[in-house]
Amino acid sequence: MTVLSYLKALNRAIADEMQRDPAVCVFGEDVRAAVTNVTAGLVKRFGDARVLDMPISEQAFTGIATGAAMSGMRPLIEYQIPALLFLAFEQIVNQAHKFSLMTGGQVSVPVTYLIPSSGSRDGWAGQHSDHPYSLFAHIGVKTAVPATPADAYGLLATAIRDDDPVVVFAPAGAMGRREDVDLSQLAPVPLGVGRVHRVGTDVTVVAIGHLVQAALEVAEELAETVDVEVFDPRTLHPFDWQGLAESLERTGRLVVIDDSNRSCGIGGEILATAAEEMHLVAPPKRVTRPDGAVLPFAEGLDRALQPTREQLRTAIQAVAKNGGAR
Amino acid sequence: MADPALSGPASPSSQKPDSAALYRTVRLIRRFEERAVELVHDGQIFGGIHPYTGQEAVAAGTCAALRPDDLITSTHRGHGHVLAKGADPARMMAEIAGRTTGLNAGRGGSMHAADFGIGILGANAIVGAAAPIATGAAWAARCAGSDRVVMTYFGDGAVSQGVVLETFNLAALWRAPVVFVCENNGFATTTRTDDAVAGSITGRAEAFGIPAARVDGMDPEAVFAAAGTAIARARRSEGPTLLECVTYRYDAHHTWEHAARPRYRTPEEVDLGRSRDPLEIQGARLPEARRAQIDAEIEAVLEEAVRFALDSPHPDPATALDYLYADGTQARAGVA
Ligand SMILES: Cc1ncc(C[n+]2csc(CCOP(=O)(O)OP(=O)(O)O)c2C)c(N)n1
Ligand SMILES: [Mg+2]
Repeated sequence: MTVLSYLKALNRAIADEMQRDPAVCVFGEDVRAAVTNVTAGLVKRFGDARVLDMPISEQAFTGIATGAAMSGMRPLIEYQIPALLFLAFEQIVNQAHKFSLMTGGQVSVPVTYLIPSSGSRDGWAGQHSDHPYSLFAHIGVKTAVPATPADAYGLLATAIRDDDPVVVFAPAGAMGRREDVDLSQLAPVPLGVGRVHRVGTDVTVVAIGHLVQAALEVAEELAETVDVEVFDPRTLHPFDWQGLAESLERTGRLVVIDDSNRSCGIGGEILATAAEEMHLVAPPKRVTRPDGAVLPFAEGLDRALQPTREQLRTAIQAVAKNGGAR
Repeated sequence: MADPALSGPASPSSQKPDSAALYRTVRLIRRFEERAVELVHDGQIFGGIHPYTGQEAVAAGTCAALRPDDLITSTHRGHGHVLAKGADPARMMAEIAGRTTGLNAGRGGSMHAADFGIGILGANAIVGAAAPIATGAAWAARCAGSDRVVMTYFGDGAVSQGVVLETFNLAALWRAPVVFVCENNGFATTTRTDDAVAGSITGRAEAFGIPAARVDGMDPEAVFAAAGTAIARARRSEGPTLLECVTYRYDAHHTWEHAARPRYRTPEEVDLGRSRDPLEIQGARLPEARRAQIDAEIEAVLEEAVRFALDSPHPDPATALDYLYADGTQARAGVA
């Protein structure tokens, strides 16, 4: 067994895919010097024709990736900050995402958009602290938010191999995670297949990205009184509705913890689908950022707008108490 | 690269440089940044800063040529501009330390410092994003019958951002009273200007009919003179000018670099870049005693600024969504 960090897992997935497929190339700002460390060593190993430093021209290089992808390449774009997705939004959602349908299936656009350290990264304030994964799920761009190093490896590898555009969010709160893995067992993880990290009988907690770890810790704290199941969807679009339904068959109770803004966040979609289609014996709850949250700079304010363990604990206890029998 | 349009009469405020005042501003920014870096290392500044060290001549020279009622927009590397435009160093320090007494009540931090009362329309964390905002403010000033000028700062990295080029076009079409100040400090993070910019920075403006000049961005008085000419032109409603101020970033792109140490320039190269120091260039224009006196004054100002910042209260987490909407609309909390 080897200790694998989340960061190293991303790096390894890119390197393995570049090794496997010469069409895979990397676009981004400062990717040769690897300021985020995600692309460390790649230029040395694969050369500067496959690891391209870009000027600060996000719209252009995102569109260039689309054109290259239609012509046989498989670009992976690294964006240094989540807000750069807003700059490239048109190129991703209105161009890359729509070509397959609009051309009657003549072309596909295999581009991967990777955002290392998404969400708040402590002290980067209003314009650098968003976590817009729900936006892409809403549009219908394939969206992955891995929680663990092995899943980071597996989902990024799958994203690169996938024939459609895929956005991969690597939350700042997960980047420091490490786990013992058998490197030979690292493998692609399919999109749309969730993972039960902890089996429980009383309440299903759906946790996204870095909040999976928070949910596991809260589940342990509450173990004496509530038996919590922790379900990690791993990808938000496609979403493993079947896996969630099976979990709710067991528990009948649901809490979602999601670092999106509340209104129209993925947490709302999960609650709605469960209410429409699944087995619930009590009203579900979600723990999210407030509506329309803009993260203020000061530490206490930044923290105050992100979902917390305390809020999750309270929500689980409330949902466990409410409603009828299973 | 001199343009005939740049040789018109200077504005009244920019005829003669006040060497001592320029030195004072350069020294204030230098020492502010050094104190701020210390506070980052001490864990007093959440998230770190992009130090402006080495580029002081640009902020000092350009702002000295502005009238107090003129406006500026700034960048992620913005402390110098904000101080040179006249922000209170104590409230600026409090802002980057995230305190309620800060310019933005601790909501903005290093990359968003603003003081609308003295014409600072905000630093901006998105490269190039402030150029159109500045141009809109310039257009509105003219609509209001004012002869105010807006100066907008950006780095060499921003000239490849589409919105900056789109803004050049509109500013030129409308002859907007805006001055584009590009601080070419050699790098965008680790990427060399020459590896990112096809053609030239001045050529980009010239393509839109905007006169452009390359300026020694290490010499506060050279910057002051060029800025005076550009400002005068804007005030006469003759349109925008671009000044490419050639300078050098002495310190890290961002203080995270102090720990991460990415390799993109050699220590020898940095030494060479630091060999022309705006502090020394301007300091040499003053009698020794005067210089020493200003240095002592600045030390006292910064001592007080740091004390004020660290003694100020942290904001109450219950107020985290204050100011979100102009009319006080309340957002729902994250959990019901
Ligand atoms: C549109 C955009 N892309 C990328 C970034 C990340 N980023 C922050 S500063 C920077 C480099 C900016 O270089 P330059 O404009 O030359 O300014 P300098 O840092 O040298 O002052 C980058 C890439 C950003 N903030 N905004
Ligand atoms: Mg630069």
